[in-house]
Amino acid sequence: MRDRRNREARHGSRRVDGGETTPKAFRLRALCVFGLMVLAAGGLLWRAVDLQLMDHGFLASQGDARFSRVVAIAAHRGTVTDRYGEPLAVSTPVDSVWANPRELALATDQLPRLAKALALDRNELARRVTSNLDREFLYLRRHMQPADAAKIKALGVPGVYLVREYRRYYPSGEVVGHVLGFTSVDDAGQEGIELAFDHWLAGEDGAKRVIQDRYGRIVQDVESIRPVRPGRDLVLSIDLRIQYLAYRELKAAIREQRAKSGSVIVLDVDTGEVLAMVNQPAYNPNDREQINARTYRNRAATDILEPGSSIKPFVIAAALASGKYDAQSIVDTSPGYIRVGVKPIEDKHNLGRIDLATILAKSSNVGMTRVALSLEPEQLWTTLTRLGFGQVTTSGYPGESAGLVPHWSHWRPIGIATMSYGYGLSVTPLQLAHAYATIGDGGLVRPVSFLRVDAAPVGERVLDERVSRTLVHMLESVVSPSGTGLRAAIPGYRVAGKTGTAWKANAGGYSTDRYMAVFGGVAPATRPKLAAVVIIDEPGAGHYYGGDVAAPVFSRVVGGALRLLAVAPDAAIGAPDGESAPPAPARQQVALR
Amino acid sequence: MTFGSVDASYTRRTLTRSARALASLKVDGPLLVGLALIAVFGLIVMYSASGRDIGAVLKSATRLGIGAVAMLALARVKPGFLRRAAPVIYIVGIVLLVVVDVVGYIGKGAQRWLDLGFVRFQPSEIMKLAVPMMCAWYLHERPLPPAAPHLVATAVLIFIPVALTAAQPDLGTGMLIAVAGVLVILLAGLQLRVILALVGIAALGAWFGWGFLHDYQQKRVLMFLDPQGDPLGAGYHIIQSQIAIGSGGVFGKGWMNGSQAQLEFLPERSTDFIFAVIGEEFGLVGLALLLLLYLFVVGRAIFLALQTQETFARLLAGSIAITFFVYVFINAGMVSGLLPVVGVPLPLVSYGGTSMVTLLAGFGILMSLYSHRKLIQS
Repeated sequence: MRDRRNREARHGSRRVDGGETTPKAFRLRALCVFGLMVLAAGGLLWRAVDLQLMDHGFLASQGDARFSRVVAIAAHRGTVTDRYGEPLAVSTPVDSVWANPRELALATDQLPRLAKALALDRNELARRVTSNLDREFLYLRRHMQPADAAKIKALGVPGVYLVREYRRYYPSGEVVGHVLGFTSVDDAGQEGIELAFDHWLAGEDGAKRVIQDRYGRIVQDVESIRPVRPGRDLVLSIDLRIQYLAYRELKAAIREQRAKSGSVIVLDVDTGEVLAMVNQPAYNPNDREQINARTYRNRAATDILEPGSSIKPFVIAAALASGKYDAQSIVDTSPGYIRVGVKPIEDKHNLGRIDLATILAKSSNVGMTRVALSLEPEQLWTTLTRLGFGQVTTSGYPGESAGLVPHWSHWRPIGIATMSYGYGLSVTPLQLAHAYATIGDGGLVRPVSFLRVDAAPVGERVLDERVSRTLVHMLESVVSPSGTGLRAAIPGYRVAGKTGTAWKANAGGYSTDRYMAVFGGVAPATRPKLAAVVIIDEPGAGHYYGGDVAAPVFSRVVGGALRLLAVAPDAAIGAPDGESAPPAPARQQVALR
Repeated sequence: MTFGSVDASYTRRTLTRSARALASLKVDGPLLVGLALIAVFGLIVMYSASGRDIGAVLKSATRLGIGAVAMLALARVKPGFLRRAAPVIYIVGIVLLVVVDVVGYIGKGAQRWLDLGFVRFQPSEIMKLAVPMMCAWYLHERPLPPAAPHLVATAVLIFIPVALTAAQPDLGTGMLIAVAGVLVILLAGLQLRVILALVGIAALGAWFGWGFLHDYQQKRVLMFLDPQGDPLGAGYHIIQSQIAIGSGGVFGKGWMNGSQAQLEFLPERSTDFIFAVIGEEFGLVGLALLLLLYLFVVGRAIFLALQTQETFARLLAGSIAITFFVYVFINAGMVSGLLPVVGVPLPLVSYGGTSMVTLLAGFGILMSLYSHRKLIQS
């Protein structure tokens, strides 16, 4: 008590009366405090004014930026069909499953269930989710069947969404795989026709503005910014029936001959259209696992090779065009060999004095050498070049090679000699087929086309029509009992063509046990409709001559194609020999469609 | 205009009758109306902020109802009983806090809840009222302004529950408890130099105590200083709430039309950050109206506190009134980016726990202190 008294004394006037404070002092303090509170409320209000008046524009736009999004709408890629409308590449709607990792990370207990449904490894899925937490978008599985994807969605795992995409299907699988190429998982052309005509096939993705919430869920579509423009369809020149025939025959031959690879090209002589183009080994473009450079390369257009004897008709064409030679010209090939510089060039037998047709029929290297050396280099070079060798065709096919024909100004006699029977220059199978089509069409070059052409394009004359006719007639003797290419004969049709058996170049020279068998030609010889080239690379089953390995494939493919196209026969069945064939009937109009 | 005058007298009679009824209930009419307006506004906002979850609104309404019952009950309790009960409530509260710290239920990474089987509650909420009651009880019989030893004793009374609460860790609530207690001391009267000295000590303590803060607590303060430093992490709350408020403009986007809130960009939209929802959907007008309502309630509460005569009543009533406003200021300041983010709900509006009940119970005590005053003019 004394304490309290002392303090009272110290504080003088302050009363301590039954626990009551001085009302005035308390009132003052309370009012001061209330004043402070009004000030504080004013501060809060000022802050609100600051945010809602001063910074309103900026903050409102910041807000919009958070919920307003522009999202793409996938465009349907155009369908690719063969010349009759048979679908070759089709885009079908699929659903891709994606996740917002941040949202999904909140439901880790659901991951095993999700992983099982997606057929993914549970730990791998967890790892991918946790390592992408800084993102808002993560594909879990691309391109699922819509029905399967709907099941994933039905699991109700938070943060898992579907997006509609289109996946490419190739109904004919590996039959047309090389020509078509393929698209990436994002629907962009990667190879072949898909790449060459990507701009045409690919549509333009649309865009729409949406409102999305914090988790990226689309709450509402606001407006369409750009409509989807679907891709356009593409009609190829390919005739799926002939394509399939070529595929089947080539595959059988490759297997039978145990060859490394091979190609078959069938061109329409009248229009320059590619009716069939197949290669082995093939791949199935529907299965991305199979896609690797060795299999997906369209060898027929991209690979260059030394044509060997199959080039000979075009050297003869130059000879005929030069005016120095005609069908009756005789070339002395005795004694069966000729020395050019230090190099002896030999035939198998001493053929003696023979005409040009026999040079081709017997594939005489000596005869070819003599003819080539007698020509003006420039004229020979010009003829080969105008026939398309050494130049990319106008097909527009991606990755196509130009081949190589050295300029005549660099030629030396030995070069001319070897070139005359197909070495020292390189061509693509497509160029070879194109050149055969040119001579089959009476010397008119028509642009190679992978697209169906409704009217035959105007051809550019590179050879005299008479020269071409003569040459085709000479080539018929190749496919005769006395020629090297008898097995290319087609019952009911006269065939003109040329065999080729080329040594394969290797480091430092030519291999003596690796060959490439070629047969190129046109049919029916009376009025050629089809030009075709068959390449069998490194046959390993004993036979390697073009006449033994490639010619039968030519016969079966072109024979089948002629019948499929209902081309009128120009020979009696059982009389493949040109000489005994009946007079050629008037050319019949063949409807392609 | 006979009809009008009849009408007016009828109205007056009715009002008088209501006033009598309220007086018999020991309830203050204007304060009740102010609180009811805030609560109703809060429920309307809650429907929008919860994403049209009528369940959340009903839960909130239920809690408000429980709070109202507590308020009405406490308003009828005599202040003398409250004063005598203060130490008991305080000690029980301390024991409960210790229990929570020891065997507390783990919720939201912190031990704050006590699970009684049928109900979970936060003992720290009790301390929001128990501490000012205890301080007022202690200072009631002391000479005012309090002498140093009494100040120290009061400080200890405040410090124990604050430390226990902060250890949960729930720094926000601990701070609010401290505020309620310190307000009692301030109202009891302190010399300016003592206040300044205490502020100095507090500043020192803050500097010293920084190291004791949890990582997330430090982060909150740092984020307040520079929210753009980590816009997707700790700064997210502040940036989003400022965007929400700012994009509301003067008149707001309209009820249930706040894109930031409705699309869930705004975090904790129905709890701590509901102030931003009001700012976005009702604009500057809505915020000003709400702040005016709060000021009215606090002003009326202070007016009531001034009418009381006993030291205990005055100190406690004043503390309750001011604490209420401190809640408002801290929450609104945090949401609008004036203060660091601390988990303080917006009184009577935010969805959540015991705080609504505690606040209304506090006003019940205040009404009791006012309505049981001796009606003699000094």
